[in-house]
Amino acid sequence: MEPTDTSKSDYFHRVVDCQWACPAHTDVPEYIRLIAQGEFTAAYMVNRESNVFPGILGRVCDRPCEPACRRGRIEEKPVAICRLKRVASDHRDDITGLLPKAPREKNGKRIACIGAGPASLTVANDLLPMGYEVTIFEQYAVPGGLMRTNIPAFRLPANVLDEEIGYIVNMGADLRLNSPVNSMRRLLESEEFDAVFVGSGAPKGKELELPGRHDTERVHIGITWLESIAFGHVERVGERVLIIGVGNTAMDCCRSSLRLGAKDVKVMARKPRQFFKASDWELEDAEHENVAIVVNHAPKSFVTEGGQLKGMMFEKLQYDIENGDITATRSLGDVFFPCDDVILAIGQENAFPWIEQGIGLDLDKWNVPKVDKATFQSTLPQVFFGGDAAFGPKNIIWSVEHGHQAAISIHKFCHDEAVQERMPRGVTLSSRKMGMHEWAYKNEYNGVERRLVPHVGLVERFKKINIEVELGFTAEEAALEVQRCLNCDVQTVFAAKLCIECDACIDICPVDCLTITHNGSETELRSKLTAPATNRSQALYVSAPLPQTARVMVKDEDVCVHCGLCAERCPTAAWDMQKSTIHIPHAIDEEVSACPA
Amino acid sequence: MSYINKPKVAHPSLPTNTLGMTRRQYEGSMSTLCAGCGHDSVTAAIIEACWGLSMRPEQLVKLSGIGCSSKTTAYFVSGSHGFNSVHGRMPSIASGANAANRRLTYVGVSGDGDSLSIGIGQLVHAIRRNVNMLYLIENNGVYGLTKGQFSASADIGTKAKRGDVNSSPPIDPVLLALTLGATFVARSFSGDKAQLVPLIQAGLRHNGFALIDVLSPCVTFNDHEGSTKSYTFTREHYHPAVEADFVPRAEEIAVDYAAGESIPVSLHDGSRVILRKLDPTYDPTDRSAAYSYIETKLKKNEYVTGLIHIDETDSTEFHNLNRTAQAPLNGIPYEKLSPGSAALDKLMARYR
Ligand SMILES: Cc1cc2nc3c(=O)[nH]c(=O)nc-3n(C[C@H](O)[C@H](O)[C@H](O)COP(=O)(O)OP(=O)(O)OC[C@H]3O[C@@H](n4cnc5c(N)ncnc54)[C@H](O)[C@@H]3O)c2cc1C
Ligand SMILES: Cc1ncc(C[n+]2csc(CCOP(=O)(O)OP(=O)(O)O)c2C)c(N)n1
Ligand code: SF4
Ligand code: SF4
Ligand code: SF4
Ligand SMILES: [Mg+2]
Repeated sequence: MEPTDTSKSDYFHRVVDCQWACPAHTDVPEYIRLIAQGEFTAAYMVNRESNVFPGILGRVCDRPCEPACRRGRIEEKPVAICRLKRVASDHRDDITGLLPKAPREKNGKRIACIGAGPASLTVANDLLPMGYEVTIFEQYAVPGGLMRTNIPAFRLPANVLDEEIGYIVNMGADLRLNSPVNSMRRLLESEEFDAVFVGSGAPKGKELELPGRHDTERVHIGITWLESIAFGHVERVGERVLIIGVGNTAMDCCRSSLRLGAKDVKVMARKPRQFFKASDWELEDAEHENVAIVVNHAPKSFVTEGGQLKGMMFEKLQYDIENGDITATRSLGDVFFPCDDVILAIGQENAFPWIEQGIGLDLDKWNVPKVDKATFQSTLPQVFFGGDAAFGPKNIIWSVEHGHQAAISIHKFCHDEAVQERMPRGVTLSSRKMGMHEWAYKNEYNGVERRLVPHVGLVERFKKINIEVELGFTAEEAALEVQRCLNCDVQTVFAAKLCIECDACIDICPVDCLTITHNGSETELRSKLTAPATNRSQALYVSAPLPQTARVMVKDEDVCVHCGLCAERCPTAAWDMQKSTIHIPHAIDEEVSACPA
Repeated sequence: MSYINKPKVAHPSLPTNTLGMTRRQYEGSMSTLCAGCGHDSVTAAIIEACWGLSMRPEQLVKLSGIGCSSKTTAYFVSGSHGFNSVHGRMPSIASGANAANRRLTYVGVSGDGDSLSIGIGQLVHAIRRNVNMLYLIENNGVYGLTKGQFSASADIGTKAKRGDVNSSPPIDPVLLALTLGATFVARSFSGDKAQLVPLIQAGLRHNGFALIDVLSPCVTFNDHEGSTKSYTFTREHYHPAVEADFVPRAEEIAVDYAAGESIPVSLHDGSRVILRKLDPTYDPTDRSAAYSYIETKLKKNEYVTGLIHIDETDSTEFHNLNRTAQAPLNGIPYEKLSPGSAALDKLMARYR
């Protein structure tokens, strides 16, 4: 293999698995270290810089970082990254003084954001401090989007939303509530705005057209039903409830049912458990509340009598599964499940009834706008999309990242610069060596197991619809959990010319990451290391030829625990532990020429 | 040395041996030697060798004298027996222990100072007696522990860190062992585990005294320019003549060896060593040929490495010659070990 060029910013970024996996590239190890030092406010601000809503995301983020966490490859469980974010949020001081401020003098550019969900709010967050005037049009009386209307209050309390949305709106956004945008054409023709950002979400719940569907009022569309609960329009549900679908919306529907009086809630899944879309932790939480999850049942019809829902007919299925794929399906006959209400939670779609045809804004055959994956620009240059509106339903953290990227594009667009030419990510390194055996980070591996977050008791939590179930880590548990982070951003940096090939680093490495060997192809190298490197998603570092034997130093990044022992045992300091800081450009970092008049 | 311990966390797919143990379970306490010391690599090689042999830790006895090298017995197989003797006196302790219990496996780790300077009188007798043990000399040409004075293995012309040049002739442990009739003589280098690990395994399984001289650079006092025991010098003057592959008992020989260039040797316990001659003129089973070969090369400053001499036909092994008890002495009933004063009187009467 060619010697690895670590100056390419992505090499070290990839080593920080969590930060790489986070759509917004939150600097996870940095905020965890700050929590460890009791610097909760600083930890909150590190989060806010990239993910904008630490208190919200510390509760309900989809947490793609956790399956990626290196700790999960060393032990079974990753660091509780998400819940530590909440720790930073719960324990922070008042941060209003630390927030970016909008300048008194504006730059003369006006931006319209459609919808007050996380995507639009992020655009406002990034552009307001730069002097933009941002108007947010929201059809409802409250901002927040699905975070407010669909994520139940027992997972995400309203005060957390109010506070973090407030930080943005209070910078001077012109938030117009109860103001649906009914015509894109009119908005554009008003010429009030230099650019438009569409953050209107994917608001349409999928239908299930089966016999009997429209013979009763007791079949509800999940996201609409959750919204009605959030707005207080629905306060009761029948005793027996069937939820159709087994994604995250289904989990919120079943748990909400329990809080509206249901006694017997079943989540009906067409396929076996391994094919479920819901996150493990959402399933766990639902099952903990005694929701039954029934697998291998495909809905067939709604059974009604005189306009009254009696139940549903299902076809019981049996599957042959090979290597995770279904190879054959057999019917085992029909089964009837009695119920009082049915909630359909089988997905969401985009819908833009207010975007007229023929205005130059192209939608594809699924009614999804044609949007550039990197710039978020639509076929109308002044219109940008982001969040669920751009590529269909995702999650909050993706909406935030879309918002950041769209803000960069809008900034470039408003300054007549090419939106494609964006500042690349960068990396800076600084040694953590303080003395012979002193490192400016806690490098000792702590074998403590993942801590469990305490929950409100199973009786207490059902007393009201909005009792937050998770309590957040106690200070003691948080202090243990932070020690599980491996500091993957403290990188092993190698200087081949210094190495005398004494093998000290290879012998000391607790997880057998290092090998000095003759160079070869990647496949060859991967098979002949101290421990074979089978995880191809993780990079091999290959040094320049070593001075004495022309062999190479190879490091498998996969399970390095960043303990620094290699650097500590190296007699020539050929290995050094250096903290990498990944620079993720936001709109404010982009240099543009002065505003055209 | 390091202030933090090597954590117990290990590679998740670390293989296990026939005892179900991972290599990590053969480690000892954290090394206190200088970072980069060759001795630590020898320690790692011993760990690898014991793991590969599926050695039960309580089956192993570790013996050493005084010196950085002698400290290393603390750094491997912590569940085994050990004795850290007075400077240069490890061979007597090893002989005594070995005489008292022939069922255990003995490994002595010493230095060039411990073995060739102060302890040479002891070493030669252990070789002569053919004590059943593996004797490793971690040879760095200096007294590392006392800050780098020349030892008895320092070459003529080698330069000390402060600049003095050695003019006394060195004692080469390999030549010494060959003259004294040792039946397993090898040399290796701390930086070549591929060679060293099978040598250690074969040495542990050899019936009789096995000596391995391991060139093991002292990174602090003898790794500078002008030293003949530095990493660089060793690599430049390193001459592998016979590589030894170790095949444990009950395992098939997996590799195809070219006839003529490889010599299979069966060891006492049923395991085998396959000698691969890298120099076709060399015959490791012929002691005097080996002696002159090594001597000639040494004169050219070349360290011949590998399994230099092996003789599995020899019958002078210590227990064999001395007809020692099969059972460990601590397992023989006290009355039998010490027949009492009446028996002593009877014995003494024979000499009156
Ligand atoms: C039940 C459920 C649970 C979820 N749970 C999670 C979770 O736990 N974690 C997670 O990360 N994600 C979750 N999601 C997904 C997440 O909520 C969305 O991906 C995210 O909110 C999308 O953000 P957005 O800004 O693109 O749009 P939205 O949040 O959908 O906001 C769009 C806003 O635009 C407004 N709007 C729409 N059209 C117009 C118009 N024409 N004029 C004016 N205003 C308009 C809407 O009223 C809304 O306020 C969940 C989704 C659902 C349905
Ligand atoms: C009787 C006695 N004499 C002298 C010493 C001092 N001393 C300690 S270690 C040592 C030399 C060790 O050299 P070596 O065996 O080569 O070990 P190294 O440290 O080089 O590995 C000496 C002379 C001692 N401890 N005891
Ligand atoms: S920091 Fe060095 S010694 Fe520690 S696990 Fe990583 S490569 Fe191994
Ligand atoms: S410890 Fe340092 S000098 Fe020794 S092999 Fe490793 S990198 Fe090279
Ligand atoms: S002084 Fe020399 S022999 Fe002793 S530990 Fe240090 S490097 Fe090794
Ligand atoms: Mg020495």
